[in-house]
Amino acid sequence: MTADAPHGAEAPPELVQLLTPEGERVEHPDYDIDLTPEEIRGLYRDLVLVRRVDLEAVALQRQGELGIWASLLGQEAAQIGSGRALAETDMAFPTYREHGVAWCRGVDPVNLLGLFRGVNHGGWDPAEHNFHLYTIVIGSQTLHAVGYAMGVQRDSAEAATIVYFGDGATSQGDVNESFIWASVFNAPVVFFCQNNQWAISEPLEKQSRIPLYRRASGFGFPGVRVDGNDVFACLAVTRKALADARSGQGPMLIEAFTYRMGAHTTSDDPTRYRVAGELEAWKLKDPIERVRAYMFKNQLADQEFFDAIDAEADDLGRDVRKRCLALPDPEPLAIFDHVYAEPHRLMDEERAQFAAYLEGFEG
Amino acid sequence: MSTLTLAKALNEGMRKAMEDDPKVLIMGEDVGKLGGVFRVTDGLQKDFGEQRVIDTPLAESGIIGTAIGLALRGYRPVCEIQFDGFVFPAADQIITQLAKMPLRSLGKVRLPVVVRIPCGGGIGAVEHHSESPEAYFTHTAGLRVVACSNPADAYTMIQQAIRCDDPVVFFEPKRRYWEKAEVDTSAAPAGWPPFDQAQVVRPGTDLTVLAYGPMVKTCLEAAAAAEEDGRSLEVVDLRSLNPLDVARVTESVRKTGRCIVVHEAPVYNGFGAEVAARVTETCFYNLEAPVLRVGGPSTPYPPSRLEDHYLPDLDRVLEAVDRAFAF
Repeated sequence: MTADAPHGAEAPPELVQLLTPEGERVEHPDYDIDLTPEEIRGLYRDLVLVRRVDLEAVALQRQGELGIWASLLGQEAAQIGSGRALAETDMAFPTYREHGVAWCRGVDPVNLLGLFRGVNHGGWDPAEHNFHLYTIVIGSQTLHAVGYAMGVQRDSAEAATIVYFGDGATSQGDVNESFIWASVFNAPVVFFCQNNQWAISEPLEKQSRIPLYRRASGFGFPGVRVDGNDVFACLAVTRKALADARSGQGPMLIEAFTYRMGAHTTSDDPTRYRVAGELEAWKLKDPIERVRAYMFKNQLADQEFFDAIDAEADDLGRDVRKRCLALPDPEPLAIFDHVYAEPHRLMDEERAQFAAYLEGFEG
Repeated sequence: MSTLTLAKALNEGMRKAMEDDPKVLIMGEDVGKLGGVFRVTDGLQKDFGEQRVIDTPLAESGIIGTAIGLALRGYRPVCEIQFDGFVFPAADQIITQLAKMPLRSLGKVRLPVVVRIPCGGGIGAVEHHSESPEAYFTHTAGLRVVACSNPADAYTMIQQAIRCDDPVVFFEPKRRYWEKAEVDTSAAPAGWPPFDQAQVVRPGTDLTVLAYGPMVKTCLEAAAAAEEDGRSLEVVDLRSLNPLDVARVTESVRKTGRCIVVHEAPVYNGFGAEVAARVTETCFYNLEAPVLRVGGPSTPYPPSRLEDHYLPDLDRVLEAVDRAFAF
């Protein structure tokens, strides 16, 4: 890899793209989408707002208010496109970076910040949002998603399940087992792999010798690579895959070809392992700029609209910050809560002992 | 009353649970048409269909991972891990997901998943087919760990495990699968002892023997032999390892003043260490001797031609009894 040929920036021709980085609308024989100006303005708003929340979270971490944060910078289109493709009854299983999908599913961003602040490990109700808890161990959630989809089959329900994971996760046994399960049971599940080119410091070449979407054929279901920085294409491809899953056509792998523009997390330093030119090349493919250019060119919005969205984003950033800082630390005895659903002697005993210990400091 | 083998009692218990609740599923390798390599699920697929008795691909992490997903959708999967030594590919899903997801959700998610594991040695098997991995799981908060020792308990405890809203690791003593006993399949569940409660299976006055799973029978035989020497041993079947029924154990040891704990697993850092520490705390002034542990050597399970030397037997239990009385 050299600065002349930035890693991954030249995507192979099989990429599904409906909107070029310059904001030109292009056709694709298999995937198309017909969006109203209102829908396009909505997607733009989503993209800007989730980037703004992400920016605020990075700042909060730098100021010591979050222990760590995993930024989605650069992956907004992959997440908003796929997230907005979901029907209300579809179920989504995220990694720990799906802040954009969480936004689409109506999870309060403060809940995400709470996890990274350390007040809990998540705590939202997956059933309320049809958005599962963040999973930190790489790839584990792919099996949960397939099992959930097998449940949907048994309920004879018309719902699809989508599961998110990254390029690094494709090396995990669980991900490969989930492909096998989904295949042999024809489970209504969409595997949405955001190939952001980097698994912390390891480039894609450390995970695969073939393009990731082609892995699907070995498991017996279709795979497709989509421009992960093109929100229209991500929406179109995911919508089709979900519809196929709902109508009994089984699983599909979508590889969203994108780029992690920031660090792996706020603890990471990408200057140690990747060249600056790579980021610059990908900045030209920014997922938000191309939508903005398209909207300008086609007069789908005026400056007033863009200013209003920017103002809304700043308000959201301020609100999220304020509510994050107001999150109370949990009470010490909360350590013992929710470990078991039913009464458990050891929990009761240790809770009582710890309470007595704490009381010893009072008065 | 019916006379059932332990394997058949488990089978009948699962059948009852499936009849009672359409959300109960059976899943694992070879559990369908074959009925499991030990035939514990024999006939269930025939009667409940392939949607409820699922022959899975051959991957243990996949079994537990998809069972978690099914539980998230409202099902109550009962997973079979074919042999104790095969549970480790699933250990990540059991320890990092199954045990912790309810807490991660602040109680909004419940995972009523049962992980059945045939355990222990004594059947002349090859490597990885005779292990006792219970301590790995008793050390994992969020799991309940139980072990049945006889057909009657097998019948009730499997149903209680399936009905429990917490994940349960359910150990089955594979060398006792074919042993028969009377099982009352008509008794109302309300009258069954809770599955996290220990049971005194032989009352005595001089020394308490604590055991679970396959070792309960061995300890009962040892108690009968000790009686001939004029020693009255009380045998307590712990049944539940997490949580441990400390109250019942304490009650027994305070009465007898002596205690040994017996399992097949290696003694070093085995479950007996936790029991011994607890008993020492609660019965310190009643103890006439230190709590002694009887178990396998702190080695991997040996080739089967050596397993009779490895596994605690009547003589090893009695030798420990002698040492406890010699103090």
